[in-house]
Amino acid sequence: MNTPTIEQQILNAFLQVAPDVDPAKLKPEIPFRDQFDFDSMDTLNFAIGLHQQFGIDVPETQYRELASLAKTAAFVRSALQQDGKRSTGPAAT
Amino acid sequence: MSGEFRMPSLGPDMEAGTLVQWRVKPGDAVKRGDIVALVETEKGIIDVEIFSDGVVDQLLVPEGTHVAVGTLLAQLNGGATRTRQVIEVGKPSEAPQPLARSAPVPATHAATSTTPTTTIVPPTISSVPSPEAHRRKVSPAARARARELGVDLERVTGTGMGAAITIEDVVRAAQTVDKPGIAEPAHDMRQIIARAMSRSKREIPHYYLSLTCSFAKARAFLDRYNARVDIESRLLPSCVLLKAVAQAAKAMPEFNGFYKDDAFQAASDVHLGVAIAMRGGRLVAPALLNADQKSLAALMIDLRDLATRVRAGHMRSSELSMPTLTVTSFAEEDVDSVIPVIYPPQVAIVGVGAIRERPWVVEGQVRAELTVPISLAADHRVTDGRAGTRFLATIRNALQAPEQL
Repeated sequence: MNTPTIEQQILNAFLQVAPDVDPAKLKPEIPFRDQFDFDSMDTLNFAIGLHQQFGIDVPETQYRELASLAKTAAFVRSALQQDGKRSTGPAAT
Repeated sequence: MSGEFRMPSLGPDMEAGTLVQWRVKPGDAVKRGDIVALVETEKGIIDVEIFSDGVVDQLLVPEGTHVAVGTLLAQLNGGATRTRQVIEVGKPSEAPQPLARSAPVPATHAATSTTPTTTIVPPTISSVPSPEAHRRKVSPAARARARELGVDLERVTGTGMGAAITIEDVVRAAQTVDKPGIAEPAHDMRQIIARAMSRSKREIPHYYLSLTCSFAKARAFLDRYNARVDIESRLLPSCVLLKAVAQAAKAMPEFNGFYKDDAFQAASDVHLGVAIAMRGGRLVAPALLNADQKSLAALMIDLRDLATRVRAGHMRSSELSMPTLTVTSFAEEDVDSVIPVIYPPQVAIVGVGAIRERPWVVEGQVRAELTVPISLAADHRVTDGRAGTRFLATIRNALQAPEQL
């Protein structure tokens, strides 16, 4: 039962994008942009990291859901739930 | 054929660097573009490439040595058969005249204390011409700076080649009058930016133009493109803007190149410098090589790679030394436009303002339109406002046909 929590996995994806950030200083509720000069390149790389980590797709129109660690966790949970429902169906891949 | 590998100049503001690590050893075959050493500058640790093919003969500078730009670092292909002192790597005690930033020997202080008749001569090695002990080597720029700051050159410890006094030494001496101590890295960075920008403002007669363009077609193109491709292949607006500028630079070479030795030399390739702010106050402008020849998809891969390496501290020497024209983007910031300063010896810089909806008049009707202000600062020694106007119009026209980029 040592699987990492969703928050830990998100944090890993974040640190891939911003290796120069001290995770201890990361405030979950505050937008990344307000904490670390997070720009559109960082957001794109973060979305790619989440795709690799969780297999979820984040459409460009929903990037704002990735604004902070807390928002991202909520978004990932909901996306995984939808995927879970889909994967129980017969057409699941 | 013998070859030499010297400390490269990674931009006009660099005077010295620390050889942090060798990536090759004697006997290794190298080819053009291989990373042979890591060098630390105020911009971080840079992967330094070699520009000739050959076999490494001797490494002349041990790891951890701070040396001036142009210092011979290694010999290739039997070049060392000439009288060269060989330094064994890993013995820093035999270092060839380390510039020893952290602990310079204050020769003047020693002289004024107890032994006024003794002159302390900085250590030198045979491969470096030995300076005359009493003649102070001072670069003309350092002399001028000393005059500005009111620094007595006799009281400055030189850390340049052959104990020459550099601008840095003068600035440091001016500061230590009031507050001794080692400068913070961020402070160093501000100083090197200030030095390059002061040189720019002093030497380059700038002129400035700006033009607001519609970005609606480009945005619609991006939306269509990004909905179609994998998440890894999505394009950013900056990619489209950079390509448009690169094409304009190719079409109008008088904005793409260097002003050196009282003459403009147009560059044959477009290596587009991209100003990237690093967290912690650092600012660098490494180049996207041959940006005009790359598809948007290829340019995006390069841009992502560059941004990642800048953040992780793995810029390459070619990227730092080669920009032929620079773009500085405030597209995501809350400013209307930017009036940039040219990075010498380049002759132009393009600024991108915030991409946002603005009032826009089309056929007598005002509507909200996604727009982007594009500005140009260019060198009056090379071009004038008429050419600059055409250059901006070329960029605007490219943005109105994004599918052709």
